[in-house]
Amino acid sequence: MKFTEEHEWLREEDGLIVVGITEHAAEQLGDVVFVELPEEGTEVAKDDEVVVIESVKAASDILAPIDGEIVEVNSVLADEPAKVNDDPLGDAWFFKIKASDPSQMDDMMDEAAYKAFIG
Amino acid sequence: MSDLRVTPLNALHRELGAKMVPFAGYDMPVQYKLGVMKEHLHCRAEAGLFDVSHMGQVILRHPDGVEAAALALESLVPVDVAGLASGRQRYGFFTNEAGGIMDDLMLANRGDHLFVVVNAACKEADIAHMRAHLTGCEVEEISDRALLALQGPKAEAVLEALVPGVADMRFMDVAIMASEYGELWISRSGYTGEDGYEISVPASEAEEFARALLSHEAVEPIGLGARDSLRLEAGLCLYGHDIDEETSPVEARLTWAIQKLRRAGGAREGGFPGAERILAELSDGAARHRVGLRPEGRAPMREGTELYAEAEGGTPIGRVTSGAFGPTIEAPMSMGYVPKDVSAEGTQLFGDVRGKRQPVTVAALPFTPANFKR
Repeated sequence: MKFTEEHEWLREEDGLIVVGITEHAAEQLGDVVFVELPEEGTEVAKDDEVVVIESVKAASDILAPIDGEIVEVNSVLADEPAKVNDDPLGDAWFFKIKASDPSQMDDMMDEAAYKAFIG
Repeated sequence: MSDLRVTPLNALHRELGAKMVPFAGYDMPVQYKLGVMKEHLHCRAEAGLFDVSHMGQVILRHPDGVEAAALALESLVPVDVAGLASGRQRYGFFTNEAGGIMDDLMLANRGDHLFVVVNAACKEADIAHMRAHLTGCEVEEISDRALLALQGPKAEAVLEALVPGVADMRFMDVAIMASEYGELWISRSGYTGEDGYEISVPASEAEEFARALLSHEAVEPIGLGARDSLRLEAGLCLYGHDIDEETSPVEARLTWAIQKLRRAGGAREGGFPGAERILAELSDGAARHRVGLRPEGRAPMREGTELYAEAEGGTPIGRVTSGAFGPTIEAPMSMGYVPKDVSAEGTQLFGDVRGKRQPVTVAALPFTPANFKR
């Protein structure tokens, strides 16, 4: 598993990269009440805003961590946004991306580095 | 951080695991371990304890008695203060010369004096305003007391066990009661739409009193986050957001707080700052109104969202002044100002959310029915 400074996690699964947010991010957001997901098939570039999350506190964006095509989104989150707080590392993944340049992940943090990053 | 003031319950908040934020110059709990959503629902179902000690508590006295103090205060608020019976409380607001709202407040007749509670962010200005204009009145800021709110359907049973007699109070009654936590100044009121009490307690006893309330299984501590969503569901204004120095009480649809006696033709007509505009709007109507708004879907329409009459094009006709997700109604909710001709319930408007026009319907306030013991 890899982590970004934007508090996303990336996990490789069947040749795709699954993306979600970390427990730390979910806790900082507070109760999530709305998730807007991108359309499947969307081509994205690293740092494009792809997901909007609204919590009881504020709206925030999730950025595409790498270039590629969004091939699947977790549409359950649209109806059950609270899953993001309940299981951010598991059930509440946001989208799966077909990476056009997997080497973009090479410089990302591993779990130990991310833990150090959030202090 | 070092400039932030603390309430007498600061250590208790930290012990309870609160997330602390700066609010109106105070270090305040925005949420505890339950989180905003569960705290909100708990307060509606059982009872919630809020620290509102940052608010201003003020006693007004006049050497000629409470009626003289009341008549003096009437020069600053468009409210029938002198007609308020002993032991009763009323909502009101300080108006400015332009007919806008300087602050909203609770005022109570406590027999031989008035007790006033004002917003934290405005309290210094309010006290200066009262000292400047309430000729002959003594304006005493109470700084050695905490203020707690116990709100929710179980508030009565919880408080009655500690302070026998409070169950007999009606909505907007006030009472001074002796207790093992010192003298308590109690009102049956709040800012959630639920039944409940606001209790002023000596600062030295506040933590023990709060612990006694929290020891009841029905009571959870509630932070500012849920306080905001509770009051918005209840359709209550937040000063500085839904009402401010520009908005008149008529625009804000708070005319229920202006008794007939202070209106045109009343025995004590006018005589408050901005009376010209406010009385004119009372008879002719205001050009815009505060309304409830129910956005379609689940996305909240937050403060500052511009409102349009059309799905495309046009110019903004109004603005959202408060917006959040309502945990009880399980839907987003907002309040805002719109022109009178589109202020009827059921009118469809559009809010610009992240560059997209989202449908939103003008809705009745409150979003959740009030649960007061009248």
